[in-house]
This record gives sequence, structure tokens and C-alpha cells, in this order.
Amino acid sequence: MSQFLQVVLSGLSTGSIYALAAVGFALVWQAAQTVNFAQGEFVMLPAFFALVAIHWFGWPLWAGFAFAMLASLAILGLAFKGLVVQPMMPDGGLPLVIATMAVSILLKESVKTFYGAEAQPFPSPLPDGTLQIGGAVISIRDLFDLLASLAVVGGLTLFLDRTRTGRQMQAAAQSPAVAEILGVDVARMTLYAFLVNAALAAFASFLVSPTYLAKFSNGESLGLVAFIAAIVGGFNRIRGALVGGLLVGVLDNLVATYVTQEYRAALPLVLLIAVILWRPQGLLGDAEGRTV
Amino acid sequence: MSSRRPLALIVAAVLLAVLLILPVGHGSYFIYLLCSWLMFTIAAMGLNLTLGYAGRISLAQASFMGVGAYTTAILTLHGWPWLAAAPVGVLLCFVVGLLLGFPALRVRGHFLAFVTLAFNTLFFLVARNEDWLTGGSYGLSDIPRPRIGPISADGQLAFYYFTLAVSALAILALWGIVRSPWGRAFKALRENEVRAESLGLDTRRITLLAFAIGSAFGGLAGAIEAPLVQYIEPNSFAVGESLKVLLMVVVGGLGDFWGPALGAAMVVLLPEALRGTRYYLIVYALFVIALMVLKPTGLMGIGKTFLARLAKSRAAAATEAKP
Repeated sequence: MSQFLQVVLSGLSTGSIYALAAVGFALVWQAAQTVNFAQGEFVMLPAFFALVAIHWFGWPLWAGFAFAMLASLAILGLAFKGLVVQPMMPDGGLPLVIATMAVSILLKESVKTFYGAEAQPFPSPLPDGTLQIGGAVISIRDLFDLLASLAVVGGLTLFLDRTRTGRQMQAAAQSPAVAEILGVDVARMTLYAFLVNAALAAFASFLVSPTYLAKFSNGESLGLVAFIAAIVGGFNRIRGALVGGLLVGVLDNLVATYVTQEYRAALPLVLLIAVILWRPQGLLGDAEGRTV
Repeated sequence: MSSRRPLALIVAAVLLAVLLILPVGHGSYFIYLLCSWLMFTIAAMGLNLTLGYAGRISLAQASFMGVGAYTTAILTLHGWPWLAAAPVGVLLCFVVGLLLGFPALRVRGHFLAFVTLAFNTLFFLVARNEDWLTGGSYGLSDIPRPRIGPISADGQLAFYYFTLAVSALAILALWGIVRSPWGRAFKALRENEVRAESLGLDTRRITLLAFAIGSAFGGLAGAIEAPLVQYIEPNSFAVGESLKVLLMVVVGGLGDFWGPALGAAMVVLLPEALRGTRYYLIVYALFVIALMVLKPTGLMGIGKTFLARLAKSRAAAATEAKP
């Protein structure tokens, strides 16, 4: 039983990081119908911004994180939206999908060429210890990852539901034309969605890199899991992406521990196919809103 | 359109002649690249049928290449001739395409992309884990080259001509399909699905057929890849490879018959041309981004715009010269 609890807890912790990537993914999808195939690389890159600041510029840890956050907002938010997505709107379609794939190659190869191909240790301000919860051993870092991700997604939900800007962002995503008529600055709201995505990706990067090390190829599996989490939970619901991420994380861990190690990667895919065929709007999504 | 047909035939004949003499005197790596280009052209043309004509995104083309390659490899390693093994692989892809397409084509757009992506990953896992059948991550090696009667395609140049012949036949078959009533139905579907349906087309059956035929072409490409490389392993058929085939179709020009050939040339040959520099994949990615942002109709689109401009300026010059 304590092993079960432990497997679930560490699954939740990994899942919460998937959830951050999935929420950003869903936001960008809603705001600009952009299926971002570079989402995994968006989570991989910010850790390297921090490493550049810390190791190349010799900055302290907190300044490195701040620099990475700003660089992510500028490059993954502003530049990605302005240089790649914006010129291809309103009807990006397949060329936009291809462009984001090329962005993913670009980011991966740039990191490999300019920083290095080896996995890099990544600093964490948190202590290394573990905690006992009901017989299960969980590292402080895992627990912090889970709580911090939940807090961020919770805060984001509050922002989207309770503030004027948040509601304008939702309106702009659901029905740009009507929102425009009602006086919402749709272009600005779309930009906000890209900025929030960049911030979430940077945050996920800071959380995931101390445990899994920073490596140029980290995004490959993460991106796919983020899609799956977003679809399983429901593309048009932020909470859906959160639940999807946690679910995928926990199920992945359970399958690896109790069923099969070789086919652990197959489980999210089977889940994905089942959800798409039987409940295409996702577990928490509703059929209204944007049809896909 | 009919007045242009002789021109198209002449272009095809010239192209074929060029391809016949191109590898003579070149090293075996160059010939390998040409074979690889032809193989990817077949795969991309098949995907173009699903994507460019029937308008459905599939990210599973590499897994169909895998089905074709593993089938051909396993059967020829058991002593079957290529001419018997390859059709089995192609047919298997057609059937798998039907089986996957039947439930998957209920959903559309990006959802279909993800279902096919998931299928590709599942195929990869099976290929890697089922050692008894696929050799696991070590793959299958010493795959024999085809032998037809007394003629063997063992040598690199002989194998190239064999690949060229198979590709020419495949492209001819595809040309026939595109111009058949089915092919016109595929196009009608892409342009306006509701209208196609109201005109009495069974859209679901047509899409399924396009998907299965496209998959079968993927299988044929795989059946060439197995004896070409003589060694196959799961990574050659991973999702990344499917994205590569997709890239060929879109970069070449979506829904354009010859687009995939151009796109495949770009994807296979350009990295080779840039290999000398350390930054070749970065340059390559930047090029693709720029192409998609500035000219989403791909290389064929650029060519057509250029030709149209040329014709226009010529016409303008002609009218100016008249009075």
C-alpha cells in the first residue's frame, strides 16, 4: 500500500509538470488555433537560458532564473508569436504546423550546437531531503513541484475567470469577431496567451530540470505527453489540461510499476486514442466552443 | 489543360532520361542518396494523396514504411523473392490503413493527426520490444537485394535502376489514380466536403480509400528501403521520420502532383549539401520556417508564381511590341 501511495505521489509530481506544459498548449491553441509542435522544446529551452546566465555570465542563481524567465517571454512568447504565428494568421493550417516543427528542430539544434549535447546538471534552490507521508517516501522537490504547479494553474484559472483581462482573453479565444465588436483588443489578448504559455514553459523547465537534468532532447517526449494531456483533459478547458496532465503522470507510473516497463510509453497513447474515439471533447471539455 | 499534356509528357521523358544517366560515374554514396530520394518520393506522394488531395493529416506514414520494410525484410530473409514479398507488405499496409482509418477518420483535423501519431509511436514500441519478430532494437540485418530471374540488383547501380523502375511504375499508377473518378472525388472532398456529400459522394468511404492507398504507397517505399539499406531498425520508422515525410509534402507543395518529389529532394539532399557547415540543421530549420511564413504553398508555389510572372511579362512585352 505504501508503495502504491509512493507511485501515485511521484506520478502526480511528474504529472503536474506535464500539466503546466499542457495548459500552455491549450491556451495557445485556443487563442490562435496553433498546435505547437515545439511545446516540448519550449520547456527544454528556458533551463539553458538560466545555465547561460549562471555559467557564462557568472550571475547568481536568482538572477539566472529571472533572466531565463525574461528571455523566454521575449523569445518563446513575443518572437514566436510575432515572427512565426502572426504572419500566418488567420488561417495558418498545415504550413503553421510545419513551421512549429521546424521551430522545434531549430531550438533543439541551437542548444546542441551552442551549449552542448550532454545532459547538464541544473541547480535547485530546494534541499535534497525526503518526507514520509503515510509510509510513502517522497522527495521535498517532488512535493514542491506538485504544490507549485497546482498553485500556478490555480492562480491562472482565477486570473482567467475573475479578472477583466482574463475574461477578455477567454472572449477573444472563443469568438474573436464578437469580442472585437464588444471592444476587446483581440490582438493584445492573443499576445497575452503566448506570453502566459512562455511563462508556464519556463516555470515547468525550472521544476523539471533539477530532477531530469537539462538536455537538448528533453522536449521530444515531453511535447507529446503535453499534447496527450491536453487532449485527454479537454482542449477547451484549462482545468481539463491540468487533470489530463496529472492523470497521464499517475497512470504512466502505475503501468511502469505494476504492468509493463517496455510498453509504459504506450499507455498514454492508448488513453489518447480511447478518448479521441469515445469522447473527442476530452474528459472535462464540452462539445461547444471551438470545434476541431 | 489538354494542350499542356504533351508538354508534361516531354518533361517526364526528359526527367527520366536525366535520371537514367545521372548516377553513371558517381560514387556509391551519391547513388544511395538518389535511391533514398526516390524511396521518400514514393512515401511522400502517398501521403500527398491522403493529405493534399483528401485533406486529412496523417502522421503515421513512417509506420507504414515500417510495416512494408519489416514485412519485406522478414519474408526475403526467409527466402521469398522480393517480387513476392513486397506486394505482401504493400497489401498489408493497405489493410492496416483500412483498419486504422475506419475508426480514426471519424475525427478530423488535428485529432486525426494525433491518432495517427499515436499509432506511429505504438508501431515503434512493438518494433522495438518484440525481438522474436523484429529483432528488437538491434533490428534486422543482411537483407538480400532483389533478384528477378537471372538479373540481380546486387550492385549499387543495378539497385538504383531497379528502384527507378519501381518508382516510375508507382508514380504512373498514382497518376492514374489521381485522374480516375476516385481521384476527382478526393479533390472534391478537399475543396468542399459538404458540397461533395450533397452531390452524392460517400465521403467517408472515399477518405478511407485515399488513406489506405496512401498507406500502401508508404508500404512500397518501405519495401524499397529494406533492400536499399540492407539493415532496418525501429528508429528509421519513428515519429520523427513521419514528420520528415510530412515536411516533404508541405515544403514541395501540398496537393501538387510533383510537389513531393521536389520536397523529398530538398529534405534528403539539402542537409547533405549543407553538411560541411556545423550549423546545417539550424540553417535548414530557419529555411523551412521562412518558406512556410513567406510562401505556404511551398517550392512548387514559388515555381508557379515565377512562371506566371514570366508569362505575364512576356504577354505584356508582346502587346507592347504589336503597335
